[in-house]
Amino acid sequence: MSGSAYAVVLVPSSSHAIRGEHVLNMAGIASKLIPVPRTISSECGVCLRIAHHDREAVEKALNEARVLIHRIVDL
Amino acid sequence: MSPRNRGRSRAPASEQAYATWANGPGEGDATTDHLETRRGYAMIYFDNAATSWPKPSGVAEAMAGFITNGGGNPGRSSHRKAIEAGRVVYSAREAVARLFNAPDPLRVVFGSNVTEALNLALNGVLRPADHVVTSSVEHNSVMRPLRALERRGVEVTVVACAPDGTLDPDRVECAIRQNTVMIVLNHASNVVGTILPVTEVGAIARSHQIIFLVDAAQTGGAYPLDMQDANIGLLAFTGHKSLYGPMGTGGLIVSDRFDSDRLHPLKRGGTGSSSESEEQPDFLPDMGESGTLNVPGLAGLHAGVRWVLDRGVARIRAHEAALTQRLIDGLRSIAGITVYGTGDAALQVATVSFNIAGMDPAEVGLRLDDEYGIMCRVGLHCCPAAHKTIGTFPRGTVRFGLGPMNSKAQVDATLDAVRTLAGRRR
Repeated sequence: MSGSAYAVVLVPSSSHAIRGEHVLNMAGIASKLIPVPRTISSECGVCLRIAHHDREAVEKALNEARVLIHRIVDL
Repeated sequence: MSPRNRGRSRAPASEQAYATWANGPGEGDATTDHLETRRGYAMIYFDNAATSWPKPSGVAEAMAGFITNGGGNPGRSSHRKAIEAGRVVYSAREAVARLFNAPDPLRVVFGSNVTEALNLALNGVLRPADHVVTSSVEHNSVMRPLRALERRGVEVTVVACAPDGTLDPDRVECAIRQNTVMIVLNHASNVVGTILPVTEVGAIARSHQIIFLVDAAQTGGAYPLDMQDANIGLLAFTGHKSLYGPMGTGGLIVSDRFDSDRLHPLKRGGTGSSSESEEQPDFLPDMGESGTLNVPGLAGLHAGVRWVLDRGVARIRAHEAALTQRLIDGLRSIAGITVYGTGDAALQVATVSFNIAGMDPAEVGLRLDDEYGIMCRVGLHCCPAAHKTIGTFPRGTVRFGLGPMNSKAQVDATLDAVRTLAGRRR
């Protein structure tokens, strides 16, 4: 269990991240688009920061909307 | 309509009143603010099949708004302006996906126009020894890539349409071979407006497990098109016609039934994604969107598609069909005029081709513009195949392209002008 209150959802591109933001917004789940932390990935671009306790709900909502998820990482 | 005021810089009050009458409100913006006068006549824009004009209010504002207040590069950075630009692009994807009932906004691949989208689909899928079936009313945006592919070993069958532009779907099915991998059709002819049976052909394509590519340049936003109902695998659209966006926008929608691994990109380069790799991403939409997108254009496209969605394609279609039938019937009542196509607005979009006996289409177009302020397109319309099909090659036709901003009064004023021109020839 991470000590952080947040996790990040890594997706293939900013298009996926923005669709993910839209899907989560429609599902009533808070998220924020942030730069991908360098400690997590060398990719440029953005990822979705979510509350750690929303992790399961986020994964379910994004999968149902067929938003590709690379991985979800605790901050 | 007399040209007695030709040369005056301003039309007199009576002419201005006429201008208001002749350009009475169409289905779109219920004002004549967008209209101008030329030599005392109301200007009539009947070239919507080439590009729509005027655009609905909101389109120019959205574009200017992005340039003024937005301005970031989507996907390249992660600051607020870049993210906002990404949201602008996403909103346009979502609106386009909704209009065509696409399964996923991320399967809308934006490009610069429908020609690029068709090139992506044709060059990206077809390989030597593959067979493709198409019709004899296709635009050069399909025929030229196909002829080039033919020289590289792709086999092409062109199924003949009837002289009125109609296509028998059974003839398409008869053309299918063991190596047929694609059927490509435009949804409606850009010369005679005849609607092709995409639903029937889509069912045929599905039953034979063949990719169905549809060129919706003349129908997107003007005629209902559900890509899932019609079993369309790849749908190419333009932004600047009946979606009311600016030029420089368009794209390809990839069905979720189509395996995107079969689609090879036209261009490769930066996408803002997978930056650690020197290989092109293989996922949509990035696979097909290298290079910075035309985001101001997509802001305008989003506003245009929103206008279509708010108004409803059915309402736009009803207005255009009524004007089209009025125009066809009026033209047919004039001696010396040949109208091409089915003559039935229910079977075509708002594109009407005709000729005046003994008069070069170019002369008709010039006189309509110079003497009456009526704008149309003459010639072959980048579509020699269709003109050969309807029997007007190489002379071409005069083409009127109507839109939701046009009115019955404009149709009647145009018929008066054509009647006068045809009368001079007798």
